[in-house]
Amino acid sequence: MEDLKKLSDAIINGDVQTARSVTESALNAGIDPVKIVHDYMVPAMNEVGRRFDCNEYFVPELLLSARAMKACLELVKPKLVSGGVKAQGRVVIGTVKGDLHDIGKNLVAAMLEGGGFEVIDLGVNVAPEKFVDAVKNMDANIVAMSALLTTTMPAMKTTIDALKNSGVRDKVKVLVGGAPITQKFAEEIGADGYSENAPGAVALARKLIAA
Amino acid sequence: MHKFLENLLKNTPVVLDGAWGTQLQLKGLQPGEVPDSWNLTNPNKVFEVAESYVRAGSKVILTNTFGANRVRLSDLPELANNVSEINKRGVQISKSAAGNAAYVFASIGPSGKLLMSGDVTEEELFNAFLEQAQALAEAGADALVIETMSDIEEAVIAVKAAKLTNLPIVACMVFDCGKEKDRTMMGNTPEEAAERLISAGADIVGSNCGQGIETFLKICERLYKASSRPVWIKPNAGLPVMIDGRVCYKTTPEEFASYVPALISAGAGFIGGCCGTTPDFIVQIVKTVY
Repeated sequence: MEDLKKLSDAIINGDVQTARSVTESALNAGIDPVKIVHDYMVPAMNEVGRRFDCNEYFVPELLLSARAMKACLELVKPKLVSGGVKAQGRVVIGTVKGDLHDIGKNLVAAMLEGGGFEVIDLGVNVAPEKFVDAVKNMDANIVAMSALLTTTMPAMKTTIDALKNSGVRDKVKVLVGGAPITQKFAEEIGADGYSENAPGAVALARKLIAA
Repeated sequence: MHKFLENLLKNTPVVLDGAWGTQLQLKGLQPGEVPDSWNLTNPNKVFEVAESYVRAGSKVILTNTFGANRVRLSDLPELANNVSEINKRGVQISKSAAGNAAYVFASIGPSGKLLMSGDVTEEELFNAFLEQAQALAEAGADALVIETMSDIEEAVIAVKAAKLTNLPIVACMVFDCGKEKDRTMMGNTPEEAAERLISAGADIVGSNCGQGIETFLKICERLYKASSRPVWIKPNAGLPVMIDGRVCYKTTPEEFASYVPALISAGAGFIGGCCGTTPDFIVQIVKTVY
C-alpha cells in the first residue's frame, strides 16, 4: 500500500494537494474508506499530535495538517455515510458569553474536524441558552467551551448550569479550554474534561465518547 | 536606537506601569465590555488607573488603547467607526495623568485574528495598525508599544505600520508555549523574535503577559543577547486561579519585586507588570531599584 503511506505523510506535512489526490485515487481504486481513515488518516493526525507534544510542531503546522485532514475527510465522508459509518461524534463549540476571542476555539474546531468529528461552531460571545438550544436541536453529544479572559471563565459554569436546568446535561460531555483554564477549574465547575492544547482536545473527546 | 529612548535609558531600569484591564474591572468594567470604550464613556475611571501608576512611581505609563484597532473591533461597528477617537482620548487621558512625572507609551495589542487561518489579510492588518498608530501619534504619544503578540508575522506588520509615525517603537511577544514555555504560540524563539522585530524597525524588544515572573529571567537574557539592547519586561502576577468562584492572581507585590534585581542582571531596561499587577507592585519595584 505504498500510495497510502503517501497520504499519511501528506497529512503530517500539511500538504493538502497531495493528501487530496492520494485519497481520490485510493477511493477510485476501490479501497475501503474505513480502512483509509483508520489505518492512515487517524494515525497521521496522532503523529501530528505527538510532534506537537515534543515541540517539533507548533500552531502553524497543526493548522496545515488539520486542513489536509479535513480535505481528505470531505472526500471520504460521502462513502462512509453511504456505507453506514457514522461520524465520531457531533460537537457544539463556542467561546463563552462576554468573550470575543476566537483563535483558540477555531484551532480546536479545526483539529476536531480533522479528528473526524462533526463540528457546529456557534462563534464567539455565545450565551448559555444558545449552547442549550444547539444541544437540543442539533443532537450534539459534546459541548466544547473556550474562554481567554479570566473574567469570562465563570460563564463556563453558568453554561453547565443551564445545561443541567434544561435537562440535557447528561446527554453531553462538556470540554473546556483556554489560556486561564486549568484541570482544577474544570473539575470545580463540573466539566467532563480539560485539555491544555488542541490535539489534546481531540484525544479527550474520543476518550469521553468511548466512555 | 531612537534618540529619545537612548536618553531615557541613561537611568535604568525604567519603571513601567502595571495592568490596566484588571484594574478597570475593579472599577466596574463588565465581562465582555471593551475596556478601550471607557476612554469615551468613563474617562474619569481610566484617568484614575493612569494616575494611580504615576503616583506609584512609574516613569512610563501606557494607554487604555490595547484593543482599539479596527480588525479587533470589527464585530462592534459603533466602536470600530470611532477607533481614531478612542485612541486619541486614550493618549490624552494618560498624558493628563502623567504630567511631567512620566512619559506616555501608547499601547497597540493584537488583532485577535490569525493571519494564516485566512480570517484577516496582511493588508487589512497593516491598515488597521497604521490607523491606530497615527491616531496615537497625533494625540502626542511619546512612543508606541506593540504588545502581547503571539504571531511574529502580525507583530512585524504592526512594527512596520507603527514605524511610519517616526515614534520610537517597542515590540514585545508572549512566550508561553512549548515544553520550556519559551516559544510563542506559533513556535518562534526569543532569538527569532528579536531578529525579526528589530529588522522590521523596532527600537526595543521584550516580553509581556504569559506566565509568572520567574519564567521571564531566561527569556529576558536571551532577548538581551539576541538584540544587544535593554529589554522590555512586563510579566503577569502569576497565572490566575479561582478562589470561591472569583479569579485571583497569587503573586504578591513583594514576591514579584524580588525577581527585579535578577531581571536587571539579565538585561531588562524597562520593568513593569501585566495582568493582575497593581500600583502596589510598582511601589515595590520602585523600592527595589532606587
